Amino acid sequence: MPDQLLFATEVVLNGFMAGVLYALVALGFVLIFKASGIFNYAQGVMALFAALTLVGIMDGQVPFAPLINAVFGTNIHGFGWTVPALAAILITMVVMVIFAIVVNWLVLRHLVNQDPIILFMATIGLAYFLEGLGDMMWGSEIKTLDVGLPQGLNSWIDEATFNIFGYGFYIDNLDISAAIIAAILVTGLVAFSQYTKQGRALRAVADDHQAALSVGISLNFIWVLTWSIAGFVALVAGVMWGAKSGVQFSLSLIALKALPVLMLGGFTSIPGAIVGGLIIGVGEKLFEFLVGPLVGGATENWFAYVLALIFLVFRPQGLFGEKIIERV
Amino acid sequence: MKKIIAALAVTVGLATPALAELTFPSLSYRTGPYAANGIPFADGYADYFTLVNERDGGIGGETINMIECETGYNTEKGVECYESTKGEGALLYQPLSTGITYQLIPRVSADGIPMHTLGYGRTSASNGKVFKWIFNYPATYWDGASVAIKYLLDENGGDLSGKKIGLVYHNSAYGKEPIRTLTELSAKHGFELLELPVDAPGQEQRSTWVQVRQQKPDYILMWGWGVMNQVAVQEAVNIRFPMENFIGIWWSGSENDVKPAGPRADGYKALNFHAAGADFAIYDDLEQYVFSTGKAAGAGDQQGTVLYNRGLYAAMIAVEAAKKAQEIHGTAAITPAQMRDGLEQLEMTDEKMTELGLDGFGPTFAASCENHGGSGKAAINQWNAETGTWEVLTDYIQSDQELIQRLVEEDSLAYAEENDIELRCQ
Repeated sequence: MPDQLLFATEVVLNGFMAGVLYALVALGFVLIFKASGIFNYAQGVMALFAALTLVGIMDGQVPFAPLINAVFGTNIHGFGWTVPALAAILITMVVMVIFAIVVNWLVLRHLVNQDPIILFMATIGLAYFLEGLGDMMWGSEIKTLDVGLPQGLNSWIDEATFNIFGYGFYIDNLDISAAIIAAILVTGLVAFSQYTKQGRALRAVADDHQAALSVGISLNFIWVLTWSIAGFVALVAGVMWGAKSGVQFSLSLIALKALPVLMLGGFTSIPGAIVGGLIIGVGEKLFEFLVGPLVGGATENWFAYVLALIFLVFRPQGLFGEKIIERV
Repeated sequence: MKKIIAALAVTVGLATPALAELTFPSLSYRTGPYAANGIPFADGYADYFTLVNERDGGIGGETINMIECETGYNTEKGVECYESTKGEGALLYQPLSTGITYQLIPRVSADGIPMHTLGYGRTSASNGKVFKWIFNYPATYWDGASVAIKYLLDENGGDLSGKKIGLVYHNSAYGKEPIRTLTELSAKHGFELLELPVDAPGQEQRSTWVQVRQQKPDYILMWGWGVMNQVAVQEAVNIRFPMENFIGIWWSGSENDVKPAGPRADGYKALNFHAAGADFAIYDDLEQYVFSTGKAAGAGDQQGTVLYNRGLYAAMIAVEAAKKAQEIHGTAAITPAQMRDGLEQLEMTDEKMTELGLDGFGPTFAASCENHGGSGKAAINQWNAETGTWEVLTDYIQSDQELIQRLVEEDSLAYAEENDIELRCQ
């Protein structure tokens, strides 16, 4: 196989892997939008907050330690213990459920029947609040996250491809883990929405709030459930991205990577988020490989949006989004 | 009514601190995506001023008033901070951002307030003949690029011909600064330069590192900032790039940049124009007057880190320049124009640094009317993951001044012509 073709194949494979990571972030947006019609601006910050909480719990950090020290003149930092990753993940999930309950209680239930733009604005406020809360609770230094997932070049793929093509492909073990986890997550979410009572209730609310209320479905419960699941998805995304770069405040910017995915896949489709993620991932990597060197490189950020916009011209609702029909 | 107004006036008078004589704004960023790097610098900057106030009673008897303004590393906010603080009698700006620096150059020049961009900003501003109000000593980005290549020349017996050197850079004005120098150096020394831009913020860099695997550069230089650094080090580790062949500029050489990658980041190298660690006499004074008295800025947990020390160094230069200005003009209450004179005649000697408790902390340099960029020296440090410290590998290496001065001259004179600036120091 010619070198350029081999390199392009490696780029495509890495594009698929990057696409899975984008899809993980996009999934959280889709879940909330589907159930409540809210474009949750705070999704990226939720991933950051979840990852910060996970590391803080694993390291036995005292929440709000800098604030406590400043107010009471103490010098406390940690409890002096560490928590195993699995237990810390479970505790973080509980924290995200509490977060969902608080958001619903303090924000969402007061905004029922408001215009989507009002709800969107509320999530902007929520994002800034959550970012500040995360800073106060856990501090703003960069934290190392190690939940035991393998990281680095996959030697088996490297050797196998080298033996076949004379060139070893680089696939990151963390990306392989992300792909497996994303597959389990999506299967679980689809099964939940298709085969459980709560899942069906969730779909009913997504279809028509008023009709769902009239048959006795609790809107409050459904919204707490949705935000809890979105919180869990945010935790998964936060873990994957945080393992790459350390947990730090720029993690909230991963939301920017999800926007073209949502535009392309549609805001209401879970498979759309996955397929959209893969198309964006492969598209931007391949474009950078083929065209990047001719235009000075660094094309990935803008090309993802251009690709999404091209799709929008032909399918404004995205690949899998629901077609909007407004009768006058 | 008069009584109420009088009472209010008294209350306001009591609540407002006495006006300080020497005002140094701190354009810091303690929030947002770059906070992890902004906090240690801001803490070091503030702690040094606190030390001078507490230990020495200020500079020449005048207390320092540091006004902190949050920029979030955002250029627009940085300009707002400048506009809102310049009326407070600001003596010097150190904006800690190349983007903000570029916006402020015409403003400070028009307002007559000096600006010091310590190892960042516009490199050609080191030409004092053109940039009267801007200082960027002790070293510039172009010096950094040259020092890195000089070090690699030493490592390769003085010959880099046939070698391939990659530049992984932040796709911004900052990241692009060394390209011209490296292009000239590649022609001079016969190495191939491979340019690898990374879009901000740099959370996803897979394409770049796949290219590194495919192109197989012998060495990689990095001009990164924030999350870009951590991801790049992690990716280099992932593809098993030899870390000893990976060299970052001083903004890619803090503990923050290497710790997330864990033990495998061992051996990564970075340039620096000052020392790391807390093994300096000044830390005894800081302990006595600042840390133990609860007057440390922030959480007080950044002592000895690279960026905390850089904040200390920046404030130390501001204080020494103010002392020089007081000496030149025979007054303690100096003006911004007098402060500029102090900056222009500042000389940092080994004796002076030892006297300040900073023995061997930074390179010696002497500013002048023409030279606002210092000596252009930097050292190579290497990360020891086991001890979690930066080890100094080399002495301060002198950059290729012949080349750098030529480039500075070309760029600054073009700027002077564009902006109709009359040359000084003739």
